[in-house]
Amino acid sequence: MHPALSVIFLTTLIGAGQGLFLALVTGQVYAAIRLIAPQSAEFYAGGSALALGLLVAGLGASFFHLGRPERAWRAASMWRTSWLSREVIVLPAMMAMVFLYGVFHWLGWTQPLFVIGAGGLPVDATLVFGVSGALVAFALYVCTAMIYASVKFLEEWASPYTIANFLLLGLASGFMLAAAYAAYLGTELVGFYGTWAVIFTLLALGTRSAALIRNAGLKHKSSLQTAIGVRHRVIEQRSQGFTAGSFNTREFFHHRSPRFVARLRLIFLLLVFPVPVLLIMLAYVLASPTLPVLAFAAQYVGLLAERWHFFAEARHPQNLYYQSVS
Amino acid sequence: MTQLALVIDLNVCVGCHACVTSCKQWNTSGWAGPMVDENPYGADPTGTFFNRVQTFEVGHYPATETVHFPKSCLHCEDPPCVPVCPTGASYKREDNGVVLVDYDKCIGCKYCSWACPYGVRELDAQQKVMKKCTLCIDRITDQTLPESERKPACVLACPTNARLYGDVHDPDSEVSIAIRERGGYALMPEWGTRPANHYLPRRKTYMHVSPEELQRADNPLTKEDLTVYTGEETLDDVTW
Repeated sequence: MHPALSVIFLTTLIGAGQGLFLALVTGQVYAAIRLIAPQSAEFYAGGSALALGLLVAGLGASFFHLGRPERAWRAASMWRTSWLSREVIVLPAMMAMVFLYGVFHWLGWTQPLFVIGAGGLPVDATLVFGVSGALVAFALYVCTAMIYASVKFLEEWASPYTIANFLLLGLASGFMLAAAYAAYLGTELVGFYGTWAVIFTLLALGTRSAALIRNAGLKHKSSLQTAIGVRHRVIEQRSQGFTAGSFNTREFFHHRSPRFVARLRLIFLLLVFPVPVLLIMLAYVLASPTLPVLAFAAQYVGLLAERWHFFAEARHPQNLYYQSVS
Repeated sequence: MTQLALVIDLNVCVGCHACVTSCKQWNTSGWAGPMVDENPYGADPTGTFFNRVQTFEVGHYPATETVHFPKSCLHCEDPPCVPVCPTGASYKREDNGVVLVDYDKCIGCKYCSWACPYGVRELDAQQKVMKKCTLCIDRITDQTLPESERKPACVLACPTNARLYGDVHDPDSEVSIAIRERGGYALMPEWGTRPANHYLPRRKTYMHVSPEELQRADNPLTKEDLTVYTGEETLDDVTW
C-alpha cells in the first residue's frame, strides 16, 4: 500500500494522545488507592490539554486524507458495518472525555460524589470521566486497528497482531510522553510512568516482531492464476492496458526499493524499542529532566517509520493486475 | 431477484480496446461523468477509467498463448467495498444488483478501493470522489431507449461479441446459459466475494475421428457379403 502521511500522523498522534490520557488516569487511580502521591490539578489539566492537542492534531491530519473533507460529517452514518465510521464516532467521544476530564481537574470540581467501601475510596467526577474515558480510549484503539485488520485481502494486516500493535505501541508512546511530561514538570512520577512505558514498549516489541515474522513467511491466497483464472504455472503480464500511471498504480504500492523498506524497518526497530528504553533508564539513573523528552521524541519518530513500514508492507492483491506497463 | 452482470468471453476477445473507449465516451458525457483526464497529451497522462483491457502471455515460447483480459467492476453479490464505506455512498442496488457510488455522499477516503481485491475503483483526481463501472446504469434503465440499446456501452461496442450482458440469476438468460455450458468462472474465488461478472475460458476445440467412424466396420452388408468387388457401385455407395 501507499503510505499516506495523513494516516501515518493520524494513527501515531491519536495513539500517543490516548496513551497519555490512559497514563494520567492510571496515575490518578494509583493515587486514589494511595499507591503513589496525588498530583496537583494543574498536572492533570496540563496533561489532558496535551492529550487533547494530540487528538486534535490527529483529527486534523486525517482531513488531509479525504478528497472531500467538507463532507466528513457523513462518515458517522454507517457505524453498523464500517470500522472507519466507528472510529469517526469514537474519536470525538474520546476528545470530549479528555476535555471534560481536564476541565474538571482544572476548575477543581473534584469533590467526592460518593465513597466506595468502609476504608473510603472517594470517587469524584474526574475519576468517573477518567475511567469511562479509558474505556473509550481502548475502544478507539480497537476501531483504529480494525480499519486495517478487517480488510481480509490485505493479509499482512488481517491478523490480531494489528490490534495488539496499535494498542501496545499507542500505550508505549503515551506512557513515554507521560514520563517526559512528568520529568519536564519535575514531578516524581517519572519512574512510575517510565516503568510502564518500558513494560508496554517491551510487550509491543514482542507483538510487532511476531507480526514481522508472520508477514515474512506469509503465503498469499491470490495469485496471477486466480486473478485471471488461467490454470498455467507460467503467466506473464504483457500490458496493463495503459502506458502511464493511474490510481491503481499510485495508491497500492510504495514505489520504493526493497532496500529502502528494509532500512526503514531497521530504523524503526531501533528507534521505537531499544533507544527510548535505554534513554528512559539512563534518565532514571541520572535523574535527568530532558532525557525522557528525548526518549519520547525518538520513539515518536520511530513510530512514524513503523507506520510507514506497516502500510508499505501490505501487498494488495490488485497489484497482480499491474505488473507490467507494456 | 435480478443480478445484472457481464460475461466476458476470453475465447473471442481480440484486445482491441473498443470497450475501453466506448465506456469512457459514454460515461464521461453521462450520469457518471466527467471521467477526468489529466495531462492527456503530455509525457505522463493519467485519468479515470472504468474498464481496461490487459494482456497476459501464458506459457513458454513457442508454446505460448496471448490472453486479452478486459477488467472492470465485477458487481460482486457479496461486495466487500460496500460495508466498509463510512458514509453509505457505496451501495448495491436492490432491484438489479449493480454496485454504485453516490458521488454526492462520497468523502473520497479511498477505503472502499482498499477493500476491493480486484482494483476496479478509482478516485477521480479532480472530483475527488470514488468512481467505478456503473454497468451504464443510465443506459440500461432508460425506458426511452429501444430494448436492443438498453445495454452497457462496452457490450454494444464489442466487435467480436466477447461481452454478454444479462441477468445471471435468471437460469434461462443468455449469460446464465453461457456460464453453465461454456465453463464460466469467477475471478479470485478464494475471497468469497461471489462476483456477478463471469469469464468464459479460452478453448481449443478438437475432434477425434477414428478410421472406424469413416468406414462403418460393422455394416452387416459388408460383413455378410462374400462378393469380391472391383470398383463397381455397391450398396454402400447408393443413397436412398
